[in-house]
Amino acid sequence: MKGIIKQISQINFGLMSPEDIRKMSVTKIETPDTYDEDGYPIENGLMDPHLGVIDPSLRCRACGSKGGECQGHFGSINLARPVIHVGFGDTIHKVLRSTCNSCGRILLNDTEIVEYREKLDDLKENEDSTNDVIKEVYTVARKDKCPHCDEEQEDIKIDKPISIIEGDYKLTPSEVREKLERISDDDAYILGVNPEVARPEWMVLTVLPVPPVTVRPSITLETGERSEDDLTHKLVDILRINQRLIENMEAGAPQLIVEDLWELLQYHVTTYFDNEASGVPPARHRSGRPLKTLAQRLKGKEGRFRSNLSGKRVNFSARTVISPDPNISINEVGVPEMIAKEVTVPVHVNDWNIDEIKEHISNGPDVHPGANYVIRLDGRKIRVYDETKEAIVEKLEPGYIVERHLKDGDIVLFNRQPSLHRMSMMAHEVKVLPYKTFRLNLCVCPPYNADFDGDEMNMHVFQTDESRAEAKSLMRVQEHILSPRFGGPIIGAIHDHISGAYLLTRTGSTFTEEQAFQIIRKAKLPIPKRKHEDWTGKELFSLLLPEKLNMQYKAEICQKCDECKLMDCENDGYVVIEDGQLISGAMDEKAFGSFSGKILDSIMKEYGSDEARKFLDSSTDLAISGIMKAGITTSTNDEEIPDEAKERIEDHLHNAEKKVDQLVAAYENDELESLPGRSLEETLEMKIMQVLGEARDKSGEIAESYFGMDNHSVIMATTGARASMLNLTQITACVGQQSVRGGRIDRGYIERTLPHFKKNELGAKARGFVHSSYKEGLDPIEFFFHAMGGREGLVDTAIRTAQSGYMQRRLVNALQDLNVKEDGLVTDNRGMVIQTMFGEDGVDPAKSDYGKVADLDKIIDEMRVKK
Amino acid sequence: MEIIDKKIIEKVEKIAKKKKAEFPESYIYDISEAYVRRELTEKELETLIIRVRKAYERARVEAGEAVGTVAAQSVGEPGTQMTMRTFHYAGVAELNVTLGLPRLIEIVDARKKISTPTMAIYFEDDKKEDEEFVKRLANRIGKSTMNDILKDFYINYAEMKVDGIIDEEKIEDKRLDKDEILANVEKAFKKVITINDNKLTFEPAKPSIRELRLLADKVRYLQISGVKNIGKVIIRKEDEWIIHTEGSNLGDILEIDGVDKVRTTTNDIHEIETVLGIEAARNSIINEALRTLEEQGLSVDVRHIMLVADMMAAEGSVRSIGRHGISGEKSSVLARAAFEETGKHLLRASIRGEVDKLTGIIENIIIGQPIPLGTGSVGVAMKSNKNKSK
Repeated sequence: MKGIIKQISQINFGLMSPEDIRKMSVTKIETPDTYDEDGYPIENGLMDPHLGVIDPSLRCRACGSKGGECQGHFGSINLARPVIHVGFGDTIHKVLRSTCNSCGRILLNDTEIVEYREKLDDLKENEDSTNDVIKEVYTVARKDKCPHCDEEQEDIKIDKPISIIEGDYKLTPSEVREKLERISDDDAYILGVNPEVARPEWMVLTVLPVPPVTVRPSITLETGERSEDDLTHKLVDILRINQRLIENMEAGAPQLIVEDLWELLQYHVTTYFDNEASGVPPARHRSGRPLKTLAQRLKGKEGRFRSNLSGKRVNFSARTVISPDPNISINEVGVPEMIAKEVTVPVHVNDWNIDEIKEHISNGPDVHPGANYVIRLDGRKIRVYDETKEAIVEKLEPGYIVERHLKDGDIVLFNRQPSLHRMSMMAHEVKVLPYKTFRLNLCVCPPYNADFDGDEMNMHVFQTDESRAEAKSLMRVQEHILSPRFGGPIIGAIHDHISGAYLLTRTGSTFTEEQAFQIIRKAKLPIPKRKHEDWTGKELFSLLLPEKLNMQYKAEICQKCDECKLMDCENDGYVVIEDGQLISGAMDEKAFGSFSGKILDSIMKEYGSDEARKFLDSSTDLAISGIMKAGITTSTNDEEIPDEAKERIEDHLHNAEKKVDQLVAAYENDELESLPGRSLEETLEMKIMQVLGEARDKSGEIAESYFGMDNHSVIMATTGARASMLNLTQITACVGQQSVRGGRIDRGYIERTLPHFKKNELGAKARGFVHSSYKEGLDPIEFFFHAMGGREGLVDTAIRTAQSGYMQRRLVNALQDLNVKEDGLVTDNRGMVIQTMFGEDGVDPAKSDYGKVADLDKIIDEMRVKK
Repeated sequence: MEIIDKKIIEKVEKIAKKKKAEFPESYIYDISEAYVRRELTEKELETLIIRVRKAYERARVEAGEAVGTVAAQSVGEPGTQMTMRTFHYAGVAELNVTLGLPRLIEIVDARKKISTPTMAIYFEDDKKEDEEFVKRLANRIGKSTMNDILKDFYINYAEMKVDGIIDEEKIEDKRLDKDEILANVEKAFKKVITINDNKLTFEPAKPSIRELRLLADKVRYLQISGVKNIGKVIIRKEDEWIIHTEGSNLGDILEIDGVDKVRTTTNDIHEIETVLGIEAARNSIINEALRTLEEQGLSVDVRHIMLVADMMAAEGSVRSIGRHGISGEKSSVLARAAFEETGKHLLRASIRGEVDKLTGIIENIIIGQPIPLGTGSVGVAMKSNKNKSK
């Protein structure tokens, strides 16, 4: 059924000669009209049926195949007078400038010719770029006297894009063509025109190829009106002027009129190729919109290359809103039934699966594990209907291909844009679920950078067994727990997963045996022996740690005391795991959070991805149980502090503001000493910023001292689940200095920020210090400054995404061809060696331990423990 | 970094060889260091080497791995998390240095003129504690103008002249040479100057107020000492004396006696390339990029940055990443056309008669064939008859 798969080994580029264009042409186009009154295409018109057909009911006059099968044929227009091709204006200029005006030889002497010829041959042999040498030829081959015929040379200039001027005389395209014809093949070669594929004079057109109608299909509007493609419009223009030019020439019209028409023909041909050429007014549609002609079709982000060739639209894909589901594995994705019934998997029927597939077909296209299409042995594709399904089941035999619905366990590709790194596309196992959103485990949010405020994601279904196998071994989520960027985990716990684990494992959290067994059951862990006493959260968590795991580290909640009490830390800040038992410390972001999870990292590296996945899945379950037993809630009441604290903060801020006033006074009295290398003003600004910064921090510290670990907001901030202590102190104590362009706010009105202040006032409030807290509320002035700071942030983000996106595109484009050879060499596609060993040691960062191959101390410790 | 005894390194090397472990140099060094620090027995050392060898074998890159794309993504992806703010204080509060995304873009662009060139000048062992020497040198390197040494300066509109009085104390303080300055000034204002002890009098070429004012400015901002392209200098005592400069001129600075030729650096990659060569430039790209990323708190494996730097330096000169550099010099027409300047590349290819061999990634995507990387880079070979007949 499948034909021989041919491989394209190379593509040759070249210019078409007028003969080539005529040979290729199936018909001459002469009439500038498209359809007659009856709606039939006119012979020798732009829609000539020889050029191919789109309508499936018609047959192509040239090849006889039906519309849809015929890919179209070129026609041609004989131009009454030659016309310069816009894209080659520059090249023509350079070639003419480098050749003799009278004899047409290249303006190089014989030794130079031999020298450059050798250079070019050499470069060609090594498949190197010849651009530099040819550029050099263009500069060297500029002599006042021709070395071959001793003729004085007149300077040739170009008026962009296409007017060639010799001395003061503007050459006509015919004259240009004549001059180009005189250049010999050998000289052309040195001038960068390869005589094997192109002649210089072919850069001046005498025949214009007309693309087939499939390239420029006309569309019929609802009103029945025909609307032609931009290219057709342009070709009509060309034909019209061409006809007029012919008529005028035949009638022997004055030279002036002929030249005007010639100029006009040149304009239309120019814009037909490139409607954005500099110096040429763009041709416009009747509505005033510039036409999209050949160059515009190819160019840029929406052009053929980037939009249709480098990236293609595909079938068997789905897109919908995402929502969280902590009850599915990180390897899974919840697919709405509606989608599962639409996108299908082709299955080859054989003796072993025929019964199962029959069942699918019997279910029909509308019941879930059903089938939509059947491909018979003869290759015909038949849709499954409820009416026909029995008949199809009867006929089903091995060798058929059945496109059955997606069902649990199928492997699919899941993706969220922007696809910034390879973890933006991972393979998941399907789990068909009710409702209409994709469901994903929360641990995979960081690699996709997804949240659930309306994000949508795409799903692609693999259509071959090879791709499925490849995806399963290379692209599965569990294979991407470690990021190749830094060799640490990028998939891991976030938000409630972390606070839940903390609530479960912190000292003092105990459960009755009954509760404990409920939790264990929920986490699908093996049921341990009863011990007839209360369980601690640490014991519960230890159940999912591998038996031989040993580690010690400082947790995220560590208060960074001057002297570490290690295991006796009252904050649960020092984690000790011995032989898979959590002895001290609580689980938080450092345990299994994304980017920093040490336990997760350790399990992944020592026990492999399967274990790591199991650990993440069951820790999710445990954390949920933990959070459900303890409960967590937050509101602004969490940020409530006693009046006494408020007074202290108020005092403190007041002092700081006074200090600022003193600094300003000192500055005004010229008592301020400037820092080395800074002006007085800069020094003042720096000092004020410092004072106000400290004031905010200090007031935050005061507020913090009234918060304890019984405060849910604080739990979230200190365990690294969400937010930071800074956010809390901004709510409670003081929002702090607002900044624009890295300094205090100093813009707005003349010499002041707002008319509420005196001119040149430098005090804290006048330059954007927000004294209030979010909870108290901001006064109008503070609010305005806050909005200024906020706006800068937004603008910043918008610009940054654009800039970094372009940088990444360039980086990927520059590096994508690099490949590691069997012997460890890193080469590009030409075989040029970039590195003799990747990264100087040949280590894959994704398989490394934060960039190192192995932690020597860890190995030594393990060795000694064993003994 | 403490120096480890050569004998120990040799010993570790020998054992490694015995255990058939082919380690890069840095591994041998690390192991030797651990050997000394943890006081390992010989047996333990052997097991350590075996364990490291196993880990090393496991961690090797596989053939066909798309290292380029991964490196590009690893460097590009953190870009979205970086700050846009151009200026930041990097250790030295007095100097503005471009950091964050703009700096990273500057590095991969291989800009000829970077926005904030700066140098860190270190001194040789015998000079690095010598405050007097460093200060004198700083004044020689840093840009000083007449303004810095004038006690009094005024424009005399009545007599159409400009008067300036030199402050000898200031000259002393700056450790400059008065005669040299005067010679310089005389050279700059050949005809229009009269020197009377410490008093300098300048007269404009044409007696007009405009000319007079221009002359005054010219006098005030006349550079009297300093190395070309270097502006402000800042002397800092860290572990030793270091001079930080605004502006950069590596070539001239390295010629000064007492300057440590090894540690003194600049952040201008092109300057390093011209003065020290391509290998140094490659290292400089790595250091600068890594520093920029680390300063933002983003961890990116060095190997990725090395690959970017090696790609930029592969042709023997620093090439930018983009249409004027690597991407514009690709061998494939389609790859160039698909990146930027589509029309230009297609037209040029046609008259040159270029041939696209379709060996790259993007070309094969364009024509719809499997890409020659990863699983697409392997084929099927037939077993030869020779083996079969056995």
